[in-house]
Amino acid sequence: MLRFLIKRLLLAATTLVAISIVTFLLFFAVPSSPAWTQCGRNCSPERIAQVEQSLGLDQPITKQYTDFVKGVFVGRTIDDAGTIRECTAPCLGYSFRSKEPVTDTIERSLPVTISIVAGAMVVFLTVGIGLGMLAALKKGTVFDRVAIGASVGFASTQTYTLGGVLLLLLVYSTGILPNPHYTPLTENPLDWAGGMLLPWITLGLINSALYARLSRAQMIETLQEDFVRTARAKGLSPRVVNRRHALRAAITPIITIAGVDLGAYLGGVVITESVFSLNGIGREAAQAVSDLNLPLVMATVLLAAFFIVAMNIIVDMLYAVIDPRVRLG
Amino acid sequence: MTTSTSPAAAAVDPEAYLQVRDLKVQFPTEDGLVRAVDGVSFSVRRGQTLGIVGESGSGKSVTSMSILGLHNPARTKISGEISIGGQNIVGMKEEKIQKLRGKDVAMIFQDPLSALHPYYKVGAQIAEAYKVHHPSASKKEASTRAVDMLNRVGIPQPQRRANQYPHEFSGGMRQRAMIAMALVNDPALVIADEPTTALDVTVQAQILELLEDLQREFQSAIIMITHDLGVVSQVADDVLVMYAGRPVETGSVEQIMKRPQHPYTWGLLASVPSLHGDANVDLVPIKGNPPSLINLPTGCSFNPRCRYAGQNGNRSFSEVPELRPAGEDGHNVACHMSFETRQRLYAEDIAHAGVAQ
Ligand SMILES: Nc1ncnc2c1ncn2[C@@H]1O[C@H](COP(=O)(O)OP(=O)(O)O)[C@@H](O)[C@H]1O
Ligand code: SF4
Ligand SMILES: [Mg+2]
Repeated sequence: MLRFLIKRLLLAATTLVAISIVTFLLFFAVPSSPAWTQCGRNCSPERIAQVEQSLGLDQPITKQYTDFVKGVFVGRTIDDAGTIRECTAPCLGYSFRSKEPVTDTIERSLPVTISIVAGAMVVFLTVGIGLGMLAALKKGTVFDRVAIGASVGFASTQTYTLGGVLLLLLVYSTGILPNPHYTPLTENPLDWAGGMLLPWITLGLINSALYARLSRAQMIETLQEDFVRTARAKGLSPRVVNRRHALRAAITPIITIAGVDLGAYLGGVVITESVFSLNGIGREAAQAVSDLNLPLVMATVLLAAFFIVAMNIIVDMLYAVIDPRVRLG
Repeated sequence: MTTSTSPAAAAVDPEAYLQVRDLKVQFPTEDGLVRAVDGVSFSVRRGQTLGIVGESGSGKSVTSMSILGLHNPARTKISGEISIGGQNIVGMKEEKIQKLRGKDVAMIFQDPLSALHPYYKVGAQIAEAYKVHHPSASKKEASTRAVDMLNRVGIPQPQRRANQYPHEFSGGMRQRAMIAMALVNDPALVIADEPTTALDVTVQAQILELLEDLQREFQSAIIMITHDLGVVSQVADDVLVMYAGRPVETGSVEQIMKRPQHPYTWGLLASVPSLHGDANVDLVPIKGNPPSLINLPTGCSFNPRCRYAGQNGNRSFSEVPELRPAGEDGHNVACHMSFETRQRLYAEDIAHAGVAQ
């Protein structure tokens, strides 16, 4: 277990370093300069050089990269056009655009994304897995067909279509739900939930559809396993057979997928955030890319990569806990 | 043991624990009606072993699943009678059959690795089988009973083994654990569906011996399902040979092994390595494959593979042979050839090969 963890952590660190280097290189490979986005199209070359200097972009790439790494671990001083700023570790630099520390941007936007994802996940894990499992147990019945039909429908819907329609129906025309907004959970839990309901429903439903189909397929396969037949042959009731024997085995791969999905979503749910105008990490990242806002791009990319890598390690460990046949190493 | 295709002719053995009469099991599928079992009758007494033999796909497992009432009633048509200790379970309510399953009738499956749950400890799985039929037993009693059973089936260090998962057992030990689970409630009838097929020969012999020992101890009736006449000759008292869902020959193990009458049984015998271990005897597998159970050949369903199908004019192709007395008491065969012809052909063509030696 410990060996596995050390191995995976080393691998994770290497991955993150590699990703940070690639992002850096890609950024400089783009035939455009953040300075242009800062001072407009008719900017004089002198002005551009000035801006670039103030952003530190006049330095060699290697120097910029090592500065960045140094900032993350020990902090650094940044000379912004004469203003000397002390950036303490973990320093991710200052946003080219808003000039605020990138860590502040992250601190502000990450809770929004986490709120969206957490609620949506509760929706799609319960509704999706629940419906899928039920459909599998009632395979071939009307219930099964309706559930599968609905899930095919929802799964082929795009977030912005469903989100837009729901927004129109539930907010603009009827006012059943409040306009999506973010209030910190600690400030006002009710308002937090109220503002998040629509994104939860939208992201939740679309993913429920996927998870329902996945769970159904998984459960149908598991119900045909020999060990399920053994459980029935013991004289166990269908309830016990389904729950203790079939469900337990069928749900394992789904938990894995959910964990991986969670890792991917925590890095930002761009479309959901955009549709509902919520300033989560995904929106910040998209904006940073179009602004060529290097420090924020680096931060959001690395954060997304971190979540994915971390969830993968957690999922692998979880798998070993659930399935005794899995040996870590 | 008595067998017949017509229910009227199926004599009732009052001492039988299990009595199956004219069992038919059909699965309606998109491709058509699968006649997996088509009129099988047999009976087993406590302390006796019935071997059911046939190639894969001949309906053996479907038959055994019927005895446990494990077919999905919504997708299966079952007719006939399966009487267990005097109760007919065909059409019986699920809740009632549940009380029999694992208690009066238990099953040992072919591949113990896939038949045991990968996530639960072996001891816990056996304890669960005990507890479901002994609801008043404490957890502790159930797990003590599980360790006891592991010990009974010859698993060393049963206490430690009970705490391990199936994948930590060897194939032979796993099958012993499966047997322990099947016997935990002292069932009157044990169905073993190819219990040794996944095991190597040495382990196979040990498992068969174990089953015989346990049968002596518990006086249970055993149905040994196998495609291997070698296994049958070792453990069975009576034998039912099935082909394409139908019984083709029944009799005592002596009759089937020494004086077989059906060309299909001859084929099975010729394709088994000699029990005396003579590796020089050529094995003659039966040519061709079992037919589709949706479209059985008309007449005798064995006719496309039978060397003697032309012996009786057109009858093999037009008329389904009934199971009829084959001479000796209790010996029945479903073939149009006359007794004399069968005797002659057996002596001339078959008696020299395989197990028959
Ligand atoms: N649930 C089912 N639906 C349709 N066909 C089935 C079903 N179960 C078994 N069969 C068919 O019945 C036939 C007999 O199967 P089985 O009893 O498993 O054979 P055996 O155990 O002798 O190898 C096979 O052709 C199999 O495909
Ligand atoms: S009835 Fe005809 S085809 Fe069938 S086993 Fe006898 S000889 Fe062969
Ligand atoms: Mg079988």
